[in-house]
Amino acid sequence: MRNSWVTWVFVLLLAIVPTAVFSGYHLFQLTMVVVYAVAILGMAILVGFNGQISLGHGAFYAIGAYTTAILMTTFDVPYWVTIPISAVVCAGFGFVIGLPALRLAGHYLALTTFALAVAVPQVLKHRWFEDWTGGVQGLVIDKPDAPFGLPLSSDQWLYLFSLGVAVVMYVLAWNLVRGRIGRAMRAIRDHATAAEAMGINLAMVKTRTFAVSAMYTGVAGSLGAIAVAFVAPDSFSVFLSITLFVGLCAGGAASIPGTIVGAVFIEFVPNLADKVSKAAPGAVYGVILIAMLFLLPMGAGGFLSGLWRKAVGSRMAAIGETRPVAAGHEVGVGVDLAGSLSTADPVHARRGESVKP
Amino acid sequence: MAQDQSQPLLRISGVQMRFGGVIALGGVSFDVGHGQICGLIGPNGSGKTTLFNCISGIYRYSQGDIQFEGRSLTNLPRHQMAGIGLGRTFQNVALFRNMSVRDNILVGAHNTAASGYIANALRLPVVRREQNDADRRLHELLDLLDLRQVTDTPAGAIPFGWQKRVELARALMTRPKLLMLDEPAGGLNHSEVDELADLMRRIRRQLNLSILLVEHHMNLVMRVSDKVVALEFGLKIADGTPDEVRAEPEVIRAYLGDTQEEDEHAGAA
Ligand SMILES: Nc1ncnc2c1ncn2[C@@H]1O[C@H](COP(=O)(O)OP(=O)(O)OP(=O)(O)O)[C@@H](O)[C@H]1O
Ligand SMILES: [Mg+2]
Repeated sequence: MRNSWVTWVFVLLLAIVPTAVFSGYHLFQLTMVVVYAVAILGMAILVGFNGQISLGHGAFYAIGAYTTAILMTTFDVPYWVTIPISAVVCAGFGFVIGLPALRLAGHYLALTTFALAVAVPQVLKHRWFEDWTGGVQGLVIDKPDAPFGLPLSSDQWLYLFSLGVAVVMYVLAWNLVRGRIGRAMRAIRDHATAAEAMGINLAMVKTRTFAVSAMYTGVAGSLGAIAVAFVAPDSFSVFLSITLFVGLCAGGAASIPGTIVGAVFIEFVPNLADKVSKAAPGAVYGVILIAMLFLLPMGAGGFLSGLWRKAVGSRMAAIGETRPVAAGHEVGVGVDLAGSLSTADPVHARRGESVKP
Repeated sequence: MAQDQSQPLLRISGVQMRFGGVIALGGVSFDVGHGQICGLIGPNGSGKTTLFNCISGIYRYSQGDIQFEGRSLTNLPRHQMAGIGLGRTFQNVALFRNMSVRDNILVGAHNTAASGYIANALRLPVVRREQNDADRRLHELLDLLDLRQVTDTPAGAIPFGWQKRVELARALMTRPKLLMLDEPAGGLNHSEVDELADLMRRIRRQLNLSILLVEHHMNLVMRVSDKVVALEFGLKIADGTPDEVRAEPEVIRAYLGDTQEEDEHAGAA
């Protein structure tokens, strides 16, 4: 445990360094890495730890972003006050979406959440809400300055502010997933019937996890809106949802450190692809993504835990068993997404394999 | 222990379960008493696992009633079964395969704690208290079931026999009054079966619980059970002490093939 504290303090110090080294656009990019990391963390809690697939988290990101933008422009609420409000609003939305999600498993849940992601930008454009949302034009937000007369540029301050919020959210998430609730979440992912037999209320845990997940991605949306200083419906198209999902897979679904890797991936790889080929950056991006998933099928988090597993492997040999593990270990698990897509009916799935050994 | 001993711990009355045209249980009735080890035997497909699933609410039976400590389980939500004292294992092993053995067993402590999302995220003192209590019991069970070597290994990566012990530990972690074991001896060798018999008697005594044991291993069932119930094609064909059930002509007939198979089994092992 002490070791991990030292690691985290080191990571944190490392994270503060950029304010001194970078400026302008580069610092903005790093701010977006922090923002995406929180958004992907929200997805990891839902998809990676709880096994509920969402292809529509861009919707919660958009709701968070718009909550902040509307509060700041229409109601003159200070930017930092909008964060907790956005958290509550998005958690509420997540909870409500989580209710029908209880009846949907695997592909169907993925499709339904995808539909949500398709719908949200259009709702944001709709003339009923135009007075608040600014319609197609969107809303321009004032960029906040550093408080207390700190000698920081607006970009530096935004980076540090986002980082501070992110650190708090990572600590809370880490506490959550390693304790009683986190175990319940993972138990449901791995075997819902057994989890229920252990006294876990599936409906309660799944809806609340959905709420927490939406809250995280929503807060990321708020931070993103402040950093970009602008929201418009087209920034939150389905492509955003897919991008976040890519980040989740690159990081390794059920790995908390992996979410940071995923965020770095989605922020920088498109730029990299653009540099490699101006003509077909999409193709280059695709190739990089495929290469990444081919080399690290369980994502970066799965790769890290794989190293860890090697250490355990020697111990397994001691009890006369060196069978390789199919899926990742939970410390940095890459969840087999295809696998969780196909376990729609645990009771019958179990009957299917009830042949005697 | 202030228990109401006047009624049985578990009472199964006329339970009927059908899957389409298949009648898996055709009105089964029997009791399991306090502190009893009750063996449940029957040829393949006789409805033993189906009965377990009816008790734990995974299947909803069409007729009959199941009472636990005098209270009907018919409309009790599945996730409340552990809380009232029903612990179980699964025939095919239903572990959380990506989770460590430690975490698998700790999931069993879910119903003995109450902290929620906010308390956990903030890691309030109540969470630490619960964790300490769970850890203490975890270590007792790791010792009891000899799982120290694999504590941090993913449950899906350990051998089948070890997985069965993890499942047993997880079930015991729920603090059951009735422990339902579905073929705990499956895949075990001769000496391991002996150890299992000792273990069952030990946990019954130490943890003050009753056991409902589904098992094909006749030897084991007859040795540890106070009472044996035999099923065939979803109907009860015998109910009594191990000696009574063994002598029952219906059981001998139903098991003629199986007994031979059982002997070969024993011979091979
Ligand atoms: N979910 C289900 N759907 C359809 N039929 C089922 C289902 N569950 C059980 N059955 C049928 O019910 C009957 C009893 O099965 P059950 O699994 O309870 O037997 P069992 O006594 O546990 O057998 P075994 O010793 O092989 O485990 C069988 O004919 C089985 O095919
Ligand atoms: Mg069975």
